[in-house]
Amino acid sequence: MSQELNYLAKLAVEGKLGRRAFLGKAAALGASTAVATSLLSGTALAAGPKKGGHLKAGLAGGESTNSLDPATFLTQVPADFGRMWGDTLVEVSRIGEIEYRLAESIEPSADAKTWHFTIRKGVKFHNGKTLTADDVLKTMERHSGDDTKSGALGIMRGIESMKADGDVFSVTLTTANADLPYLMSDYHLIIQPNGGMDAPDAGIGTGPYKVTVNEPGVRHVGERYEDYWDAGNRGHADTVEIVVLNDATARTAALQGGQVHMINRVEPKIADLLERVPGVSVKSVSGRGHYVFLMHCNTAPFDNNDLRLALKYAIDREEMVDKILRGYGSVGNDMPINGGYPLFSEDIPQRTYDPEKASYHYKKSGHSGPITLQTAATAFSGAVDAAQLFQQSAAKCGITLDVKREPDDGYWTEVWNKQPFSASYWGGSRPVQDQMYSTAYKSDADWNDTRFFRPDFDKLLLAARAELDQAKRVGLYREMGLMVHNEGGVIVPMFNDFINAVSDTVGGWEDDPSGESMNGFALAKTWLA
Amino acid sequence: MGHPILNLVAQRVALGCLLLLMASVLIFIGTQILPGDIAQSILGQSATPEAVANLRKDLGLNDPAYVRYFTWLSGVLQGDLGVALSNGKPIAQAVGQRLSNTLFLAGWAALISVPLAVLLGLLAVQYKNRWPDKLISGVTLTTISLPEFFLGYLLIYFISVQLRWFPSVAIINDSMSLGQKLNTIALPVAVLVLVVLAQMMRMTRAAILNVMQSAYIETAELKGITPFNVIRKHAFPNAIAPIINVIMLNLAYLVVGVVIVEVVFAYPGMGQYLVDHVSKRDVPVVQACALIFASVYISLNIVADIVSIVANPRLRHPK
Amino acid sequence: MNFKRIPISAFVGIFATSGFLFIALFAPIIAPYGMAEIVGDVWEPMSGKFWLGTDNIGRDLLTRMMYGARTTIFIAGVATILSFGLGSVLGFTAAVKGGWVDMVMSRAVDLLMSIPTLIFALVVLSVLPGNLLTLIVVMGILDSTRVYRLSRAVAVDINVMDYVEAARLRGEGLRWIIFKEILPNALSPLVAELGLRFIFMILFLSSLSFLGLGIQPPEADWGSMVKANKDGINFGIPAALIPGFAIAILAISVNLVADWVLNRTSDLKGGRG
Repeated sequence: MSQELNYLAKLAVEGKLGRRAFLGKAAALGASTAVATSLLSGTALAAGPKKGGHLKAGLAGGESTNSLDPATFLTQVPADFGRMWGDTLVEVSRIGEIEYRLAESIEPSADAKTWHFTIRKGVKFHNGKTLTADDVLKTMERHSGDDTKSGALGIMRGIESMKADGDVFSVTLTTANADLPYLMSDYHLIIQPNGGMDAPDAGIGTGPYKVTVNEPGVRHVGERYEDYWDAGNRGHADTVEIVVLNDATARTAALQGGQVHMINRVEPKIADLLERVPGVSVKSVSGRGHYVFLMHCNTAPFDNNDLRLALKYAIDREEMVDKILRGYGSVGNDMPINGGYPLFSEDIPQRTYDPEKASYHYKKSGHSGPITLQTAATAFSGAVDAAQLFQQSAAKCGITLDVKREPDDGYWTEVWNKQPFSASYWGGSRPVQDQMYSTAYKSDADWNDTRFFRPDFDKLLLAARAELDQAKRVGLYREMGLMVHNEGGVIVPMFNDFINAVSDTVGGWEDDPSGESMNGFALAKTWLA
Repeated sequence: MGHPILNLVAQRVALGCLLLLMASVLIFIGTQILPGDIAQSILGQSATPEAVANLRKDLGLNDPAYVRYFTWLSGVLQGDLGVALSNGKPIAQAVGQRLSNTLFLAGWAALISVPLAVLLGLLAVQYKNRWPDKLISGVTLTTISLPEFFLGYLLIYFISVQLRWFPSVAIINDSMSLGQKLNTIALPVAVLVLVVLAQMMRMTRAAILNVMQSAYIETAELKGITPFNVIRKHAFPNAIAPIINVIMLNLAYLVVGVVIVEVVFAYPGMGQYLVDHVSKRDVPVVQACALIFASVYISLNIVADIVSIVANPRLRHPK
Repeated sequence: MNFKRIPISAFVGIFATSGFLFIALFAPIIAPYGMAEIVGDVWEPMSGKFWLGTDNIGRDLLTRMMYGARTTIFIAGVATILSFGLGSVLGFTAAVKGGWVDMVMSRAVDLLMSIPTLIFALVVLSVLPGNLLTLIVVMGILDSTRVYRLSRAVAVDINVMDYVEAARLRGEGLRWIIFKEILPNALSPLVAELGLRFIFMILFLSSLSFLGLGIQPPEADWGSMVKANKDGINFGIPAALIPGFAIAILAISVNLVADWVLNRTSDLKGGRG
């Protein structure tokens, strides 16, 4: 839905669609007038960019263990700072299209197995070296070698060979993949001189800002790079600064007190309150990120599909969106895909809270006794509260849930993907269905966190990946979605919006459904008005 | 060795060193039983099994524990705290910056709170059971009873957001002047002072009142010495042992226990640094930080012990 | 005991403390709603229906406060008793026995204390099974080190007094000296400390909840209720202030009682001359 909305908004702004018509269509898509209007104003850029000033963001998601090596990027702050000092080959635009960055053009072979990227000419790194296809090759090699520690290794798998020839960087895949360019937009794949082989954490890239201060977990400062190749569109402020503020209340206070110009991860509970503060506006955008409760399909009692269905019917998704997301999000449908993805089928029936069906399936499963659900504050924002809501709604269906709150510390190593029933989240950084399913639902996926082992599903996935006929692909993805929806181990109660709050002195804000803070580009693309 | 006090002092210092050694063993064992895999934690949720296996090998996590303990200990003794697993940087440098920040914050908080606490304690004794005593008790009790983060948020809301007197983000750096730094850390210092004040003040009051019941104080009073001089000359020196003890406990707390204040004000101190690395299972950093905390704590205790010995006439001249 | 001699402040303290105890004991009977029951919208203001408003997921705050009193007072109380029992007896023993007993115990305590409490608790509680008993025992033991140091410091001073010497010459045993000679004379600083330690237990509990090691939801202590509702503080929503002030009021009333006991004991000693 969001993608279509964004597209419509773009049309409206370009004058191809009347404002009224736009609002009408938006309402038909389920967006409130307020959301639609804000989308419109976000899309319409006010006066042009203004140069100068010191632009400051207070962001959650930074630790003193962070490094400037893109291979180690994991949390928000280093990834966002990477957007300041580096560039990738391509980016995914706000309406889900490929936007060319360091690659000037992309040419696939007819069977979608070999892809040629022509590298932009005249781009200079911060150390004065000129960008070549060889730098790109070395970067990709560093992220895909057998001994790499890169967070991008998962998506670099399936590459048979790579080469650099003049201005062209070419990739040959083991199996065809129609979505390869999307994978190259991954935030780890910042092009570094000589691929960063010499000094991976030097922070030398081609981005709009040069690194001047790097105090991990405290603050990061960048100074405008005068030779930036795309200076018209990015790098408006003289200097940019990220202050790491992991505590939600401290973040809000810093914005209210005028110490930063923007913050990320606004708690849905306070978004409405913050909106009322003069001089501050809340920017929310629906995306592909979702919150999940994960059941292991191969572990008792969750190996029984009736029990899985009972739990799926025993969760009140509307209440969760209402209480946990405060309306900043939409209900999930027990599959990891929503309208934010291309090739999504809108006609898959929505599952709702149904105590009768829940107790019917629960009885049929023959299970009795309490079921332990493990959760932690870090699982997702409001995870402990959500688990308690689940506990309450399940109790009304005669199902007893024991909520066990685990320490944040060690949750991702000891509980998630290890324990049979736990809370977790998936960020929205995977722009295509293939990538989402390959990451977490394919039998041999590293993070098959629902233990969904289905050869028939895998076969469909591979077929859809190689299929170039879009209509056929939609059908294949629909079938896969239904399999997960009806037989999978994932309960998806909600898709969360990304919520930022921005001071009115900031110009050029554009919502981006791919991620929070304009998919990390906020400091690079906005300016002080 | 001559005087028995010198003997006692030397004994305490030697014991302190032994204690530190034992603490290092305890710390090492503690970090070994932490659940979770270091490699997995460094790479986080999105790590692939191959990446984890590659990293484990690189980090030398396959050596036996005692070998790693002695390697670590000999490094520490030569002033080498090792290299952080998570970013491959030498620990000493990063910790040095954080430690000096922590000491800066703790130092100012102590500079304000210790004299203030003793003074308020003396005042409370002077005006025992009258309104100044009750006011001091009531206010300090209230501030100590509120969770630190709550106090912090209240100050942020009123002083930073509403009045805009001081910033809520207390990030200091080397390019700031002392005045700027003090302005930046005003709120966290205020919270820390409020938190540690009450206990020190109450102990001062209780310990002096306790001594005031003694016969020699009555004698002094009968001699016609003014009440304030009675407290200053006779009661305070005899009450000093428990007071010093509580002061040292609170000083140690200012150094090692301020994680929550650091989180609330985003202050770049040791506590936050340690917690970040605990959750990443960055064992060398956790060990280094814990060892520094332990030595701060142990040295403060040695000071407390020595002051108690020196201050107490009966201990000074054992029968 | 002559009730007329009880000062007003102590009356207030006793009254408020017993009020809290009453609420804690009878929470299930007097609470208007179920403890975990979701009855309204998020952060509803105070009204006739919800006297204190609702909390961060729409539960009645008054009900939560009553059940919160229960867990808070129970856990902090038991842990304080454990910490005092253990800490003061060991501290006195060390002071009276002296020599290597004192040495070994004091250094062991120093060793325990030299590791930051929160980090210690983090490690221990992630290894041990997470239930109420473990929580209380860990809190009690970690805190008893503080009590130990104080009681030892106080007792060392008393131990060199002539009357203790006299008792020792009379041939009294260790137990007699600790309980009949040292304890009565060490009582006032210890009682003053008792009230504070109780508050520290409440705060320690909330710090543990901060790290996710405290009580399991939907149960909550007041400290974790402050934390759960803290995001509203910047917007003047009182849901976090109420449990915060409840902690303060409980702490003050307990300490008013402690102060009174302190005065009474020192009066007694004054009488002894």
